[in-house]
This record gives sequence, structure tokens and C-alpha cells, in this order.
Amino acid sequence: MSNIEIVCQNISKSFSGKNVFVNLSFKISSGKSLSITGKNGSGKSTLIKIIANLLNPTKGDIKIYNNGLNIPKENWYLSTGLISPYINLYDELTGFENLDFFYKLKSQKSFIESEIIDHLLNEVNLYDRKNEYLKNYSSGMKQRLKLAFALINNPPILLMDEPGSNLDNEGIELIKKVSRLQMQRGILLIATNDEKDKELCENSINIEEYKNA
Amino acid sequence: MKTQLILKNTKMRDLYRTSLLIFKKDIRSELRTRYVINSLVMFVLIIISIIKFSLGEEIVDDEILTGLLWIAIFFSASNGLSRTFVKEEDKETSAALKLSADPSAIIIGKMIFNLFLSYAINILIITLFVLITDYHVKNISGFILIIFIGNLGLVSASTIIAAIISKANNKGTLYPVLSFPILLPLIVTAVNATKLASIGVSTEKLMGELQILISYSIVVITASLMLFKYIWED
Repeated sequence: MSNIEIVCQNISKSFSGKNVFVNLSFKISSGKSLSITGKNGSGKSTLIKIIANLLNPTKGDIKIYNNGLNIPKENWYLSTGLISPYINLYDELTGFENLDFFYKLKSQKSFIESEIIDHLLNEVNLYDRKNEYLKNYSSGMKQRLKLAFALINNPPILLMDEPGSNLDNEGIELIKKVSRLQMQRGILLIATNDEKDKELCENSINIEEYKNA
Repeated sequence: MKTQLILKNTKMRDLYRTSLLIFKKDIRSELRTRYVINSLVMFVLIIISIIKFSLGEEIVDDEILTGLLWIAIFFSASNGLSRTFVKEEDKETSAALKLSADPSAIIIGKMIFNLFLSYAINILIITLFVLITDYHVKNISGFILIIFIGNLGLVSASTIIAAIISKANNKGTLYPVLSFPILLPLIVTAVNATKLASIGVSTEKLMGELQILISYSIVVITASLMLFKYIWED
């Protein structure tokens, strides 16, 4: 297993001059997990987006290392998987086609490895519905497919933003199982207010403490 | 040195492969949703009908017809080409794409899709235009070359403008405001070259205009590749 490390140094984020969080620093490496907590609008999702390279911090520096080597920011997408409510997959494609498309993009392979995608679909209990268009999926099924999307290519960094939303008990158990597996594979970061999700992580940071630090 | 060359070749191959994957995905999505095609075909039919009704049976000079042809091409491009990125933002699928592919591959994939769409719609426009008007082109090979290269410039500029406007709230009004000054040199050159081709000026004599069109496309594509990653970031 490669040793992956995320180092956040004094990162701040503001929107239209209004600070969301200030001088936030933390370090996390393979085998560790961290929950990011705070009330609605406190900036949990913003921090997750920054780590996923969907947003840039206003100030500060964030780096990801693989066995001590700095991964260029443009290649972070190859090391991260993200499940979140603001990610949508393609409604006009089937569950299988969605995963097949993103698998080919991320794995940088052009040939179809149907068994890998079938395995992922099986893991999230969507195998039987794999040939249905996403527009026909319920919100819970879409959330499961998003989980499969996040797990494509076995990312060493798994970011989860409110992972339990829209999921039934079976789905929540799935999140727990994936979280435990991720701890063996790399880093797990969960942005949540749910006590059960917090319990999945060893460490926690309350983002509200960095409001006006 | 050799290792660097191998790495560069691998990166280029990945870029090409990823761009094609995005293009194929867009084609499949478009065939299923008809998000762009339906409105574009309708738009072309309306604009061609307006041209037909306004001209009536009048014999119009080929130079004026060339201008009308480019009006149809330009407005079809404005109507359709901006939608590839707008759709990703509207349907909130852009984050999944950002998390899965290199920005350069995304812009190239979208450009190839727009180019494909643009050529298809131009075949329709030109066919209908020739059928309803008495438009004669004496230098056909020159005309095809101008349409081909002119569209390459039009598509490359339109795609990067589409990426910019997809981030804005007021997408509809922003596109013509941004595209007009950027596309003006291309349109002026393309209209002029098409006029010359229609009156029978040889392809050799059109080289000046063709060089401008090729240079414009190269500059815009290079600038797009350099700037897109900054536009694509929130």
C-alpha cells in the first residue's frame, strides 16, 4: 500500500469577502480517518471541495503526497474519490454506462472491463438495475451509484460529504463497510453532522472553531 | 531525454483517448436527449424560411447571398454550440467530469463534439440555402475549404466562450456580447473569402484569407488549451 498524505497549511476560504474559515491546518496520512463537523453553512462542503480540487482556497496551501512525492494538483483527480449531494451523474445514460464512462476516464484504459464495473454495481446492490437509465433511479439508488462512482479506481483518498443522505438502513450499512475498507486502503474524510457517520472516523475537526481564528 | 519523450507521448495518447471518450459520451447523450439537435434544426428551418419569405422571387446578387449564408451559420452556432457546457452546469454533472478527467481533454472533447455538430448543421444550412435561393458558387473546392476552416475557428472560439458563460447566471445574453468581438475578425474574413469563391476566384488567390482563418483557429485553440483549466475551476 502506498503511503498517501494530505497536508493543509493555514488554508482560508472566503466568498465575496466573507470568511468561511480561516487558517485551517491539518495533516492526515494513510490508514487514518477524519470527520469534519459543523453546523449547516459552516464550510464543511467547501473544505471537501478544496481537497477534491473543485475549489481553490483563498489563502494557504494544500498538498497531497504519495510516498513523499508531491502529486501535481492537476493529477489529484486520479487519487481522489468523492461522494456528495452536489455531484450528479448523467441521467440519460444507464447505471452501467455511467460507471463505464468514468472508469475509462479515470483508469486511463480504453477497453471495457465489464467485470470490474459489474463488481462495483454488485457492491452497491444495483447490478439488477444496471441497464436502466439513471432518470428512472430513485434518489437512494442514485446515491448508491454515486458511491460506486467515488470508488472507481480504488482511490487512496475517499471524500464523503453527507454520505448517508437519501440512503436506507442497507445503504447506511454499505457506507460503513466502504469506510472500514477505505481505512485499510488510504485516507477517509467525512463531512457530516450525523453522529453515526462521526463514529466511523478516529479523529474530528469542528470547522466552526476556524471561523475567525 | 528518451524517458521524457516516452512520457510526453503517453500523455498525448491519454489526452487523445480521453478527449474521444468525452466526445463519444456527448454524442450518445445528444442522440438520447436531443438537447441541442432539435432546437438547432428548428432554428435553421426558421432562419431559412425567413430568408425565403423576405427574398421572394427576387434575383439577389451572390455577394448578398453570401452574407445571408454566414448570418445563418453564425446564428446557428450562437444558438447551439454554447449548450455543451451549459448543459453540464445546468444538470450539475460538471463536478463529476472535473473529478474524472484532465481539463485539456475536456475542452478538446467538447470542441470535437461541437465541430461534428457544426459540420452536420452546416450541411443542412447550405443544402437548404442553395435550394431556396439562386446561390451559385463558381469555385466549389475553395468554398468547401473556407466553410471547413471557417467553422473550425467558429467552433473553437464558441466552445471556449461557452465554457466562460456556463459559469455565469445570465447565460443567454452573455454569449452574443462575448462572442461578437471575438468572432468578428473571423466572420469578416470568412464572408469576404466566401464572396470571392462564389464569383470564381481561384483557391490559390484565396490563400491570404485561408491563412488568416487557419491562424485564427490555431491561436484560439492554443489560447483555449492554456486558459480552460482556469475557467473550469470555480
